[in-house]
Amino acid sequence: MSTAVVEKTAAASSPTAVALHYLRRYWALGLASAVVLVALSWAVLPGVFTAYDPLAVNQAQRLLPPSGEHWFGTDLLGRDLYSRVVYGARASLAGAFLAVAVAVVVGSALGALAGWFGGVVDHVVMRAVDVVLSIPSFLLAISVVVLYSAKTGTSGLVPAAIAVGLTASAKFARLIRSEVLKVRASNYVEAAVTSGSSTSAILRRHVIPNALGPTISLAAVEVGLAIIWIASLSFLGLGAQPPDPEWGLLVADGRKYIATRDWLTVYPALTIVAVVLSVNYLARHLRKRNEL
Amino acid sequence: MTRYIVERLGQAVLVLWAAYTLSFLLLSALPGDAVNNRIQNPDQQISPEAAADLIAYYGLDQPLWQQYLQSLQHLLQGDLGFSITTGLPVAELIGAALPSTLALTSLALLIGLVLAAVIGVAAHYAPWSWLRSAATSVPPMFGAVPTFVVGILILQYFSFTLHVIPSTDDGTFLALIGPATTLGILIAAPLAQVFVAAIGQTRKQSFVHVLLAWGAGQRYAFGRGVLRNSALPVVTLLGLAVGELIAGSVVTEAVFARPGIGQLTVTAVNTQDLPVLQGVVVVATVAFVLVNLAVDLVYPFLDPRLSYVQDGRTRVRAGLFGLWLGPLARRRSRQVTPTEALPAEVVMP
Repeated sequence: MSTAVVEKTAAASSPTAVALHYLRRYWALGLASAVVLVALSWAVLPGVFTAYDPLAVNQAQRLLPPSGEHWFGTDLLGRDLYSRVVYGARASLAGAFLAVAVAVVVGSALGALAGWFGGVVDHVVMRAVDVVLSIPSFLLAISVVVLYSAKTGTSGLVPAAIAVGLTASAKFARLIRSEVLKVRASNYVEAAVTSGSSTSAILRRHVIPNALGPTISLAAVEVGLAIIWIASLSFLGLGAQPPDPEWGLLVADGRKYIATRDWLTVYPALTIVAVVLSVNYLARHLRKRNEL
Repeated sequence: MTRYIVERLGQAVLVLWAAYTLSFLLLSALPGDAVNNRIQNPDQQISPEAAADLIAYYGLDQPLWQQYLQSLQHLLQGDLGFSITTGLPVAELIGAALPSTLALTSLALLIGLVLAAVIGVAAHYAPWSWLRSAATSVPPMFGAVPTFVVGILILQYFSFTLHVIPSTDDGTFLALIGPATTLGILIAAPLAQVFVAAIGQTRKQSFVHVLLAWGAGQRYAFGRGVLRNSALPVVTLLGLAVGELIAGSVVTEAVFARPGIGQLTVTAVNTQDLPVLQGVVVVATVAFVLVNLAVDLVYPFLDPRLSYVQDGRTRVRAGLFGLWLGPLARRRSRQVTPTEALPAEVVMP
């Protein structure tokens, strides 16, 4: 109500006033979208944003402070930190998206199964979800990573991302189940059943579109969390392995020289914070929009 | 009420058993070769007798279900097995690491609660609007900064630059402040977020309007009803915060090089010491489930509205883990658990 009034008065005044009004109202949204867009472009086309090779060792340019040539300075091996952060976006964001994709796929499948079939299936699936949620999730993720490395002898970004995704899937299972139950009880689904629609058609036409909104909001929240978790796992040495650039790993590397060369820690850390903050802001915005 | 407590206790035991089974399947059964790897490790030779002991202890010559029963029996006797790398009993290792972690997490919880209280009150009652909006935006900020970054910054600026707190764990209280603040900031994020939202909701309720219409001041209304009503969701969240404290202590202890459960975990992970890791998971899960049990049991006393009458008996809403005891129980309409009744914008990892 009040926003409508404000917008009407803004629309009545000059274009500059309108622009200012929107700028004032949406500057945070714009900033957050810009940060996320930049990070995504870094991940997709890192070569466009930096001329340096993130892995190229240059002994002549070790531990240089930030300058016009090396925006974020250089590390112990003379690698350009800015280009490592840019290329690190690929690892960190791909890891986070993989984690959320695993969580959405596994969680939705389980939740839809439980919600649609009900009875024993529901009982078994949801009790399993309860058990997964009762184990502190970071430890569960660590266990999955260790299990993988014990089996294969290697560790890396992909198992870390899958571990984070699997532990988060329980939350999606709960969400989807409740959405499915809501839709199932509705009149239009009843009508669809009576008029002879198949289960898969009902799932496709009614259940999935209805569950999409809440799932996307939860997924957006989970992307922010997954970035932090994957960075934390890498920081502990359980995710991406050196010399690959990954944000958590960059902070762990830079940490050794923080006393004298704090840019090595500060820039990657600020990047993580800015991206997670922006992703979370967008997620909250999305959730608010969904609730309206 | 007795029935509720018994049922809730039964749920907790069942969840623990299921969680143990899951951790057994994940960490003992699948890579049963962890022990074999150790025996065949050329770097750390092991005598044939010791190898035979290990195999016999873990029952590796027996089928899986017998190994499982055996490990369950060991567990009930408080025996968590032996570390593969050091040969020490896992229970002993965890027992030695626990006090340090408990001190860290308790102080962190205290700091987190104080921070959340200050932020919550400031977000609604600060006299200047800029401070109110600043306080409201603090919890999302806290939530976006990885724990290891907070830890490194605190360590760098307060230990190495300002020399206010020692950089290594020298056993003093002062050395605890850095890591506890790090961890406190981590858990203050969800607690403050919930508290801010809860105060906002409570202030809209009619009893507050009535109080204010009677001429009571904001402070009086806050003390009389708003605080206690808004603290309820925070209590609910405490149970979940334990999980976050455990996760956070792994990272915090790694950053500050403090001995404790977290460091035990990281060491176990790096040496692939699966029995130790499994022990940590089991102990952490027990702590997590017990705290949530306590929250659920205490909750009806804090909030009498949660008891309701059904079938002529007083029943209470189900707890965090609605592990119903059988298909019979499922026919009851499912009640919203305190945890699920949290405001929607709360983000829990």
